[in-house]
Amino acid sequence: MPKAFPFSAIVGQDNMKLSLLIAAIDPTVGGVLVFGDRGTGKSTAVRALASLLPPMLAIGGCAFNSEPESPCPPSRGCKACGTLAEAPSEAAQRMAVPVVDLPLGATEDRVVGALNLEHVLTSGAKVFDPGLLARAHRGFLYIDEVNLLEDHLVDVLLDVAASGENIVERDGISVRHPARFVLVGSGNPEEGELRPQLLDRFGLSVEVRTPDDIKTRVEVIRRRDAYDRDPDAFIAAWSGKEAEIRDQISAARNRLAEVVVPDHALERATSLCLEIGTDGLRGELTMMRAARALAALEGDFEVGDSQLRKVAPMVLGHRLRRNPLDEATASVRVERAVHELFGTSGERHMA
Amino acid sequence: MTAAALDRHHLESAIARWDDAVLAASLFALAPSRCGGIIVRGQSGPVRDRWFALLSGSIDDAMPRRRVPIDVSEGRLIGGLDLAATLVNGRTIAEHGLLAETNGGILILPSAERAGATTLSAIAGALDDAVVRVERDGVTATNAAEFGVIAFDESRGDDAPVASLLGDRLAMVVDLDAIPFSVTDSGTNPTFHRIARGAFGTVTIQDAEIEALCALSIAFGIASLRAPIHAVYIARAFAVLNDRTAVDREDLEAAVRLVLVPRATQVPADDSADAQQEPSTPPPADGAQASSDDNVQPEEPELQELLLAAARAALPPGLLENLQRSAALRKAKAKSGHSGAVKSARHRRGRRDGSRRGDPRSGGTLDLLETVRAAAPWQAVRKRDRQNRQSWVASTDTAPVPRLEVRRDDFRIRRFKHQSETATIFVVDASGSSALHRLAEAKGAVELLLADCYARRDQVALIAFRGKRADLLLPPTRSLVRAKRSLAGLPGGGGTPLAIATDEARALGRSVLLKGQTPTLVFLTDGRANINREGLAGRPAAISDALAAARALKAEGIPSIVIDTSTHAGLESRTFAGAMGATYLPLPHADAVSLSSAVRHASG
Repeated sequence: MPKAFPFSAIVGQDNMKLSLLIAAIDPTVGGVLVFGDRGTGKSTAVRALASLLPPMLAIGGCAFNSEPESPCPPSRGCKACGTLAEAPSEAAQRMAVPVVDLPLGATEDRVVGALNLEHVLTSGAKVFDPGLLARAHRGFLYIDEVNLLEDHLVDVLLDVAASGENIVERDGISVRHPARFVLVGSGNPEEGELRPQLLDRFGLSVEVRTPDDIKTRVEVIRRRDAYDRDPDAFIAAWSGKEAEIRDQISAARNRLAEVVVPDHALERATSLCLEIGTDGLRGELTMMRAARALAALEGDFEVGDSQLRKVAPMVLGHRLRRNPLDEATASVRVERAVHELFGTSGERHMA
Repeated sequence: MTAAALDRHHLESAIARWDDAVLAASLFALAPSRCGGIIVRGQSGPVRDRWFALLSGSIDDAMPRRRVPIDVSEGRLIGGLDLAATLVNGRTIAEHGLLAETNGGILILPSAERAGATTLSAIAGALDDAVVRVERDGVTATNAAEFGVIAFDESRGDDAPVASLLGDRLAMVVDLDAIPFSVTDSGTNPTFHRIARGAFGTVTIQDAEIEALCALSIAFGIASLRAPIHAVYIARAFAVLNDRTAVDREDLEAAVRLVLVPRATQVPADDSADAQQEPSTPPPADGAQASSDDNVQPEEPELQELLLAAARAALPPGLLENLQRSAALRKAKAKSGHSGAVKSARHRRGRRDGSRRGDPRSGGTLDLLETVRAAAPWQAVRKRDRQNRQSWVASTDTAPVPRLEVRRDDFRIRRFKHQSETATIFVVDASGSSALHRLAEAKGAVELLLADCYARRDQVALIAFRGKRADLLLPPTRSLVRAKRSLAGLPGGGGTPLAIATDEARALGRSVLLKGQTPTLVFLTDGRANINREGLAGRPAAISDALAAARALKAEGIPSIVIDTSTHAGLESRTFAGAMGATYLPLPHADAVSLSSAVRHASG
């Protein structure tokens, strides 16, 4: 399997990269949707992100990625947690944050988990075989071509994404386990749109386009060519930049709890959502979290207008009430509202 | 040009294309997985067979070759549980799918243009990652799947070509259509050799050369960045083939011919003074391409010009017509859009809705896996039970003890949820007699309905008629993006060819029916037909033709609604609706909102 193309070597596509970084810093923003043209490095960016994430602590060998503080209960039948010595913290291991692919052809039993056939056939014991949702816990679940996903899988994902818990009641098995993950979806809207219910689950959405100026295109091709010729050398050449981003993410995560969202920033976020007419409170909440993560990434301890402006299109673009008679694209409408509310400078509150 | 000269011209072009096809085969053979593969356009026949024989002869016999049947099941393609072996051995045994079996070899896709979206995305995924990930039937595996693809594209006429999902990832395109078989004898014999992978990396290519390929791909209107990436690779591979260590012009020209020219969506204007008979007017490009054209500021105009000249020479005769046709196709977005068609095909069978207990002999499909799952927990009990019984009955019965004890209660049959989609087809009168603003309202109504019904996974289509023709502006779709684009440029004015429009609507309605969906036709017209079926003006003939077409439509049994848009509800549209057996709705002051709600109510 080829090694992943470095995240930092992706030319342009700043919005896409930023949205992924925000989700990596604060997983509670609720997932990223990357929609756009073919061949714009959507999948590349998501896979590249995996190697940038600082490792997490989990009980060694636990198929549910349990935190050391909360090992699996016996009902789950987890061997690693079951045979644990008294102090689970001793069994804690550093492991890479999982980035799990949900292939289009996946069957439901593999997604939610099911009865382990082998055990049944050999010993007659009912053992739960954890699925992709268990493996993605505390990490990322990546669905390429998310708009082509079978409806029944979408239903399953919706349930779990909303509750953070996977409940399996099938084959005479009754298991529940936490499944909190960042949902990352990518796709091309020309091939079919996403169901509105699933669209709403994504905290951030970005549109990517093929760059149309020749300088950028040439640079994309030059790097891709260098990577294809000698992946190892290319990755080595970019390792410094990668380490930089890795450090930025770690620093931002540590800073996140200290970043404050002042009342006036919250007010602005709310009035922006009102202006645009998003349904529910998810918009405001996501906007606050995303702006906070961005502030942490930029080294600020207080959320200001500049962060709100930057995250507004990602947070609100897919939450606009559809107005088919308005020809403007979603991002233009958000920008218009931001412009009206924040003025051109956007520095009123900072001054 | 005389007929003889024209023949000569065609023959020369056929020879050049055959040579290129053979060249593509030898470039492919260098490292099949590295170049993704080849799209081979043309019908099956002796020329294609000869080409494929050449290719087959050039690759290692040990390389696996797998043919993917058009109706391959997802499980067979990706792999999964080998149920028979699992039952015999009593432990989970996974089975490789076609993709993993092809690892290190070539994957052949006959009629690639008809392959379904799931098949294509599985192949595309393997091409991207060189592995296939299995998450099915209790099997989790990542298998190596590195291969090159030969995709035979047999589309002709208005058929949709190979979907870009796959086509984008295959480096080269060759066209074997209309090559006389005799040419394949006279053509050059390919030189095949195989080279260590590392050899490609040592061939140098200059930045200016990469820039020229990029600029050229923009000039040809190729949006995807994969095309120039492929072109760089092919230039390098061609250099390797010719034992060069640096890419030169010949290599670049080959890359342009094999990668860029066949993907062109526009022909760059020829500004050199000595333009020959080559087309000098590019077909109308859409906005995005036109604007990207402005950005072309080649660093090395000289090289780019040279390459462009070479590309022009390689343009097959009739390319311009093809481009115009494909542009028209793109505009109309081919009635059989790939993924859409496939998705609806899947819905036709209904989506799987779990399994339930039942007897497979009553016509259901046995869900083997679920049956085994149901039987599994009882195995220990049943085995004990059997032993007890056998010890009770002093039997001469020496039937072998089955490994798996399955009872009738265990049988599970598959359930499908049949979801009949509806497709609402708008037939909009864009003629002068229907006020222009109606057209705007109709557009609005279509978009509103679409926004509303795509949540229910319903589809909307639009036919507009004016002058002497009826055009399918929006094939059945759920995509708001696509709908907006087609509706944006809908002109008005001209005669009212109601009969032609009705015939067109009937054809579309039929094709929707054939796909297993339920069509509803919505006519927005004042019914004042004045163009007959032949496209000639004249009210009486036009009206009788329209009524005949309406009766033909009635015979199809497609539910329809006629919305009378004239300011004074007239007899014409009422008679027209009557002949069609349609619901008649006079809506003289219809706006988009009331239109869409009227349609929603009428179609129930």
